Amino acid sequence: MARIELNEIVHSYHRNPKGESDYALKRIHNVWEEGGAYALLGPSGCGKTTLLNIVSGLLTPTRGRVLYDGKDVTELPPEKRNIAQVFQFPVLYDTMTVFDNLAFPLRNRGVEKEETTRRVLEVAEILELTPFLKKRAAGLAADAKQKISLGRGLVRSDVAAILFDEPLTVIDPQMKWHLRRKLKEIHEQLKLTLIYVTHDQVEAMTFADQVAVMFEGEIVQVGSPEDLFENPEHRFVGYFIGSPGMNFLECTIEGNVARVDGAGIVLDDETAAKGRKAKGKLELGIRPTHLEVHDEALDGRAQATVKTVEDLGSYKIVTLVLAHKTLRATLPEEKPVPEGEVWLAFPPKWTRLFADGWLIG
Amino acid sequence: MSMSLQNIDKIVGREIHLKDIHLEFETGSRNVILGRTMAGKTSLLRIMAGLDRPSKGRILINGRDVTGVSVRKRSVAMVYQLFINYPSLTVYQNIASPLKITGVKKTEIDRRVRETAEMLHIEDLLDRLPAELSGGQQQRIAIARALIKNADLLLMDEPLVNLDYKLREELRNELHGIFSQRQAIVVYTTTEPTEALMLGGNIVVIDEGRVLQTGPTPQVYHNPETLRVAEVFSDPPINYLKGTVQGDTARLGQDIEIPLDGHLKSLPAGNYTFGVRCNHLFLSRIDKEDAEIQTKVELSEISGSETFIHVVYGDSQLVVQEDGIHPRQIGSEISIYVNPCCFFVYDGEKTLVASPSRISIQERLK
Repeated sequence: MARIELNEIVHSYHRNPKGESDYALKRIHNVWEEGGAYALLGPSGCGKTTLLNIVSGLLTPTRGRVLYDGKDVTELPPEKRNIAQVFQFPVLYDTMTVFDNLAFPLRNRGVEKEETTRRVLEVAEILELTPFLKKRAAGLAADAKQKISLGRGLVRSDVAAILFDEPLTVIDPQMKWHLRRKLKEIHEQLKLTLIYVTHDQVEAMTFADQVAVMFEGEIVQVGSPEDLFENPEHRFVGYFIGSPGMNFLECTIEGNVARVDGAGIVLDDETAAKGRKAKGKLELGIRPTHLEVHDEALDGRAQATVKTVEDLGSYKIVTLVLAHKTLRATLPEEKPVPEGEVWLAFPPKWTRLFADGWLIG
Repeated sequence: MSMSLQNIDKIVGREIHLKDIHLEFETGSRNVILGRTMAGKTSLLRIMAGLDRPSKGRILINGRDVTGVSVRKRSVAMVYQLFINYPSLTVYQNIASPLKITGVKKTEIDRRVRETAEMLHIEDLLDRLPAELSGGQQQRIAIARALIKNADLLLMDEPLVNLDYKLREELRNELHGIFSQRQAIVVYTTTEPTEALMLGGNIVVIDEGRVLQTGPTPQVYHNPETLRVAEVFSDPPINYLKGTVQGDTARLGQDIEIPLDGHLKSLPAGNYTFGVRCNHLFLSRIDKEDAEIQTKVELSEISGSETFIHVVYGDSQLVVQEDGIHPRQIGSEISIYVNPCCFFVYDGEKTLVASPSRISIQERLK
């Protein structure tokens, strides 16, 4: 297992890149510690696959270095990096038995027969593949096949890291949670360095201790799932994590009050002070679950109108209009539905302020 | 327009794809077909479109039998899971293509292409080729091409399934608005309960080629007539515990005892299955009637705004929904709580015999 360091990585697919938009990766500077479970999360086109290919050695970055345990591997091809990969679609030999599939990477490297058998049985046990060892891979379900692909990475005792690229795409929704659990268990048992690339927030946040959120060729935040939800450092993280995403309201600061068109929202002293000093476009951010909808007017509450209420079974999404701006609040099933004129409370604990997209308080 | 499917079977070789389908659709209605993979959703849409012929039964449009009439002679538009566009035509030409073959005037085509493109926010992409665009944009083109025809029947076969969830969220909201302005019968298939609820309208729950339940979408969600409907229409699937009713108490699982009152009051003695959705299992006691269940954590599944805690209780697997993000250690022991007012009760035939009252849920769980 290895510590993987990405040192000032920049990449462009253009031979002579000119503007910023010619860069798929703008500046990536990041460390994955040995034995950690990490995710790279972002929408399609954000650069996450480019970055994965640079880590695995399929691609050499335009600038910057990749270090494995301090050793520069930037120019080394994948086979010299001891990386195992699990892709969207299972990669295995259909005509071979499950045992032979799992043994293949070891036999290929000339590992002794006894050692091979010992490793294969061990890994099969962990992945609950023991009953299938003598079966051909061809007849198995997608989730079993994907477990074999994973097993082919796990059998090698010398892998530096296992990289996953959207590994659950072809798995039935009802089976997904089972595999997610398996991956978590494997990480806890074996303490491998695991890097998981996905556009799916559930997968990234369930799997990883630390999630790196990518947006337009940059990592905009690295944090625990709680951090990303409660303290998004960039408005993109607020938008991308959570359904619906965070509400944003453009505002100006007067004393302790954030002015949104006509309406005023009271901030805590510290946030307001930071807001008064900040330059650039100021926006207030609050998650739909934290926005309180009341039918009583009280000091510090802002008047709004209910536009629509969507019943989603376990919760409702209330769309509200506050001073010409639309926001959303979510209410649990057991809460009564507000109608018409309502008063919104922005609890200071959950109200954030962003300047030019970046969190300031 | 009205469409009526009467007594429809579709049998391919020895496999039953659809069986005994009776459905009625009115003009301007929004209809969701909800079912798991392979339930028969696509087979049903293809028969509605006229792409396939049923093995038995009839389709009537405005009372007229159109069972054998080809798709070309029907007023129908369809959007598929995969983004299907003409690769060598520009976005503009793609959207205009259904009108070109019908001989609509050039100026009228131009007006409608621009109007539809605007509706789907692709008006700046009209000169581009599909391959230069993202998946979300490509699917917007396919949807625009279906909308421009103003067909009487608009069929959408899991149109958002291949998109990122954020794009899905945005497009779902927009489609909601677009559908409500149309006179067409809209039929939309999905495997996802939340998507079905977002689209609202009426729902048809299907499983293994058969219609299980129909009705207004929220009403079916809150009153799933069979255990299977409850499973298909809950995500994660509904939790259930086997239980026995004797006198005025029910005993669930190994050691849970609940008093029978409210909607459970008149349950005759016998064996039942008690179902409860994951948002009605809590991690703390809210009401004095709450029953405690001691469980062990299997996994915390974290969505963007909620945590789904998978736990084991005896030989039952349960899922608890918690607001916010709270990872938990696999294997740790936690107590969960359930209020008797939240249980759906199914008899030995897996048919609903009692469903929770929404008012008592609101009162008890404030």
